[in-house]
Amino acid sequence: MSGGRERMLAQIRSSLGRSAPLEGKLAPLAGSGPRPAFEGDIVERFAAKMLEKSATLVRIGSQAEVGREVDRFLRVHHAARRLCVSRALAGIAWPADLDVQYRAALREDETSVTPCFAAVAESGGIVTLSGPDTPSTLNFVPENHIVIVHASQVVRHFEDVWTLLRANGLPMPRSINIISGPSRTADIEQTIQLGAHGPRRLHILLLAE
Amino acid sequence: MHAPSSTFTERVSVAILDKRLQAALDHASGGFVDKRAAQVAALPEFEALRERARDLKDHVLAHLDTYLERYEAQVVRHGGQVHWASSAEQAREIILDICRKANAKTITKGKSMVSEEIGLNDALEAAGYHVVETDLGEYIIQLAKEPPSHIIVPAVHKTRAQVADLFEQHHRALGHTRRLTEVSEMVDEARQVLREHYFKADVGITGGNFLIAETGSSIIVTNEGNGDLTQTLARVHIVTSGIERVLPTLDDAVTFLRLLARSATGQETETYTTISTGPRREGDLDGPQEYHVVLVDNGRSKMLGGPFREMLRCIRCGACLNHCPVYTSIGGHAYGWVYPGPMGSVLTPLINGIDKAYHLPNACTLNGRCQTVCPVKIPLPGLLRELRRQQFETGLTPWPMRWALQAWAALARRAWLYHLAMRIAIPVLSRFGRRRGALRWLPLARGWTDTRDLPAPQGTTFQQAWHARQDAKR
Amino acid sequence: MRPSVAFAAVKLLQDAGCSVEVPAAQTCCGQPALNSGDSADAREIAKRVIVAFEGFDAVVGASGSCMGTLRQDYPALLAGEPAWAERAENLARRSHELLSFLVDVLEVNHVDARYDGQVTYHDSCAGLRELGVKGQPRKLLRSVQGLELVEMRGTEECCGFGGTFCVKYPEISTKMVDDKIAHIQASGAGTVLGGDLGCLLNIAGRIKRRGLPIRVMHSAELLAGMGSQPAIGEPQRR
Repeated sequence: MSGGRERMLAQIRSSLGRSAPLEGKLAPLAGSGPRPAFEGDIVERFAAKMLEKSATLVRIGSQAEVGREVDRFLRVHHAARRLCVSRALAGIAWPADLDVQYRAALREDETSVTPCFAAVAESGGIVTLSGPDTPSTLNFVPENHIVIVHASQVVRHFEDVWTLLRANGLPMPRSINIISGPSRTADIEQTIQLGAHGPRRLHILLLAE
Repeated sequence: MHAPSSTFTERVSVAILDKRLQAALDHASGGFVDKRAAQVAALPEFEALRERARDLKDHVLAHLDTYLERYEAQVVRHGGQVHWASSAEQAREIILDICRKANAKTITKGKSMVSEEIGLNDALEAAGYHVVETDLGEYIIQLAKEPPSHIIVPAVHKTRAQVADLFEQHHRALGHTRRLTEVSEMVDEARQVLREHYFKADVGITGGNFLIAETGSSIIVTNEGNGDLTQTLARVHIVTSGIERVLPTLDDAVTFLRLLARSATGQETETYTTISTGPRREGDLDGPQEYHVVLVDNGRSKMLGGPFREMLRCIRCGACLNHCPVYTSIGGHAYGWVYPGPMGSVLTPLINGIDKAYHLPNACTLNGRCQTVCPVKIPLPGLLRELRRQQFETGLTPWPMRWALQAWAALARRAWLYHLAMRIAIPVLSRFGRRRGALRWLPLARGWTDTRDLPAPQGTTFQQAWHARQDAKR
Repeated sequence: MRPSVAFAAVKLLQDAGCSVEVPAAQTCCGQPALNSGDSADAREIAKRVIVAFEGFDAVVGASGSCMGTLRQDYPALLAGEPAWAERAENLARRSHELLSFLVDVLEVNHVDARYDGQVTYHDSCAGLRELGVKGQPRKLLRSVQGLELVEMRGTEECCGFGGTFCVKYPEISTKMVDDKIAHIQASGAGTVLGGDLGCLLNIAGRIKRRGLPIRVMHSAELLAGMGSQPAIGEPQRR
């Protein structure tokens, strides 16, 4: 469809008073966007924001406690004793009676456990990158999404996530998700309901380090 | 979207009498207004964000060709394909072609205003595809075969009972036979029904709130997560987006993400913000195998070169509708097309032809509230007035109105004639209204006097009284 | 239409120490033409207004929409004619809405007036959004003896006048003015004031048709001590 492309670019240039592409390199707009200023501990703020947005959150000391907390979660919510988990978490010691599978999500999956790449204090939100060890369907298909967040992963502003991406030399993944709570809708009589399409529950395990 | 067979005036009459619609609009828009105000009060940087957003958009628009080429190069670099559609028809053809090559049968859709603008669903259905809207509000109006009445909450005009009826009728064949009464039950049933479709879908079509030139990414925001299920589970992901949605960098996108949800629904952010870049990578366990972006022009490149360029800053947040007293009185259907409220009153004539939507720029008091809440500071009243000017110049203004305006102007340009006319008319009106203080009826003024009295003038003109007093002093 | 508004404005200006003239050559600011897309006539009218008001230190009007037109619209309207553009800019700089002139320029902060009762204030759209008229009327009203100012919900919501809008789209306009009246009633105030006669005629006309006992006046009238005279839509006393 190159005809459309050339026609559109020509029309755009004509509207801008040019007949050819810009000469030389285009300078970006000077300055940068304002970032909301806020006080206080960023980990505390992150946790408070997630709770505000209907996630649940539990603080644990270390990765060793993850298995126990996940076990408790499944019992409290009468959920099936099986998990779909990101391969990135293969090192975790799970309770023996749990059926744990490291793969992308399937339709029948009830509970997933994933890590995150970063967490944002500004407005809350955990950030995940898709990849072979972190399939993104785990974030969306199951009823319950459990996320392991290390306190050291919390950054102040959204821009800091992009800085981290660049600093780690990571190529753009297929998908970056910023998730700030369980799925919700208010499309019927403006009544808020959780669990519209994505997970009904977002449960954060906040590790001290 | 076809133009409706009714007229604007007819649709307005129906809407004004619909008390339930009024209540739904008051509740929804009023809620958004209050919540937005609370967000603005809580964010001292809000005004600075608006200015940066406006400046970014103006910068991009001034270099739109460069940024689109840059964006395209990055999409391709990450394994995606970019298609350029100069018209709505071309866009539909491109998408039909992609679906044909993919041997698609079922197509899921995340919310995309531009896909409604180009009439995509009708074209897909006519070609035999099973198309399912996944945003709950869009799903409801798809079942009802109605256009959206609000760009953020498209089914705001529907009661729970009406939704229950629709679900009962359409979900029966899928095994859901109970008529529901609670909202939670309806959301659950929709969740189950739509999951069937997500997992069967061959093609998932989403919109693009923003396109990022630096990385070749598209960004969508949802509360439901439907956009994510749509794009991740299907084999083919198609992004439909207007050409004006491109931004330079991910950092720039953050400025807009800070403004979008606050302006639209009064949330700090929406639940899911997803940045998609190309198809699944080597080793990925999920994700689409093909990633296509359809860049839609449909009049935007022309808008760029005229007095309406600023309209291209629009990020489709809906703040203008929520704050518009006309929109909240008549609802979205009255506007007759996919874009309602102030932004629709500018876009519809520009895209569909200024002669096809005479009323929209005129059914406005120019009160300016829309402009004060627009996150990118679009001068909406000024653009509406420019549309009126173009209507006047091209002879679209109805002749009685033209005649009245030119008669008034002829008086206003001649002080002696103006004052003479006033000196005659004012005492006459005053005499007729003296006893009650107001007139119940006036010829040629039924638009006023059908529902209002006309307060009677005070007897003389000010000029007369003033100059009489000045003479008395001497 | 209602000379008492202009007389009130004159009194307020004279009390503040101004000498006031009323040029006879003025007619209308041209808004009806401008807002209806008739730029050619709007330009001609604007030129006459510019000429009529040349030479005065300040040009003051008791109308947010008219003065908004002079300040915001005239320069843009005549930008294409350099000789007139400069004169339009000059007029714009000297043009002011009445109460913002008194408070912001002349630094008047009280008036000698009395009005017993609860009063609510409608923020006319043009004055509010084009000229920033918001605090000034309230500042002066608070200085009126006996007056209790109560804010209604939706003070900044459009009343539905909108110039030709109210007669071109009467159903929408009537709904909007009914919404405004509902806010006025809910405030408990017996009197509603505003700075634009168009809004006030619209509100008063509907109040009168509905037989409601709410008084409607221009804020200048009340501030100038004329608050007990017949309100808009009330019969003149013999």
